[in-house]
Amino acid sequence: MHVPDGFLDAPTSVATGVVAAAAVAVSLRGARRELDDRTAPMAGLVATFVFAAQMINFPVGAGTSGHLMGGALAAVLAGPWTAVLCLSVVLLVQALLMADGGITALGTNITLIGIVTVVVGWGVFVLLRRVLPARTSLVAPAAAVGALVSVPVAALVFTGLFAVGGTAPVDLGAVATAMLGWHTVIGIGEAVVTGLVVASVVASRPDMVHGARPLLAERELETRAVAAS
Amino acid sequence: MSTRTGTRRFYAVALLVSLLVAGVASYYASSHPDGLEYVAEQTGFLDSAEDSATADSPLADYQTSGVDDPRVSGGVAGVVGVVVMLVLSTGLFWLIRRREPRDREARDAGS
Repeated sequence: MHVPDGFLDAPTSVATGVVAAAAVAVSLRGARRELDDRTAPMAGLVATFVFAAQMINFPVGAGTSGHLMGGALAAVLAGPWTAVLCLSVVLLVQALLMADGGITALGTNITLIGIVTVVVGWGVFVLLRRVLPARTSLVAPAAAVGALVSVPVAALVFTGLFAVGGTAPVDLGAVATAMLGWHTVIGIGEAVVTGLVVASVVASRPDMVHGARPLLAERELETRAVAAS
Repeated sequence: MSTRTGTRRFYAVALLVSLLVAGVASYYASSHPDGLEYVAEQTGFLDSAEDSATADSPLADYQTSGVDDPRVSGGVAGVVGVVVMLVLSTGLFWLIRRREPRDREARDAGS
């Protein structure tokens, strides 16, 4: 969903730029709570993997394709504040080095792919973690559902931005319908990739998964309680 | 916890997967337009897109300029991207990480 330069007018691009800058500034503070000597290298690898995975466009039918956005994945693996920074670095490198996503559209892309997908993906994940049984085996499915929801929501937010600042006079209803429809399908791919990657990390190193740590801590306490009794 | 993957091994596998995905698998990615581009074309606003100011970058569109073989061209761009990402993101996260004595003790105890 990398937005190129020109789709949105200057005021809208400036506004999303301000939103993105503010989110990055807040996340730089918030991420301090998630990053230490142990988790910082993992967070770097998460950002690197998201960059790599975004190169893989999968076909979704009718001559169109989609790729992982990675907001939910990064949030569950590295924590939500760190995830905003992960995606921001990915989008910066893509815009500067690969000419993928516009330069004046960088704020828009950070807003859509770096903030919306992280907030929605992490929000849904935390909600599910609260209502589901406290098992690490449910971390990956919960992450997948967060990923599934995050993509169409980002598509709707783009449509909203386009309604405010789109430069071409086109039927907004048609844009909204098409964006939502295709990105619901792309969301399924997002869910599959997110679920598989989180499941394999949970299987090999559950302690590396930010979203699994509260469950591990609980298990640890239970183990100690049983051992002490 | 004897079956747990060692930390170094885990990092090495993660990096290797990223390198393979960006450097090799990317060649097989779909070349169809992505969802947004497709919708823009269908609904008639694709023409409002402008070329990026970095369109002349030697790695623009994930192809290495001057390399003719598309497999190598895309592979080099992917690998360079992965290395740049690893250095930038790990550097950033290492810089802003929390530094508490507690962490150092835990690390020393773990090594």
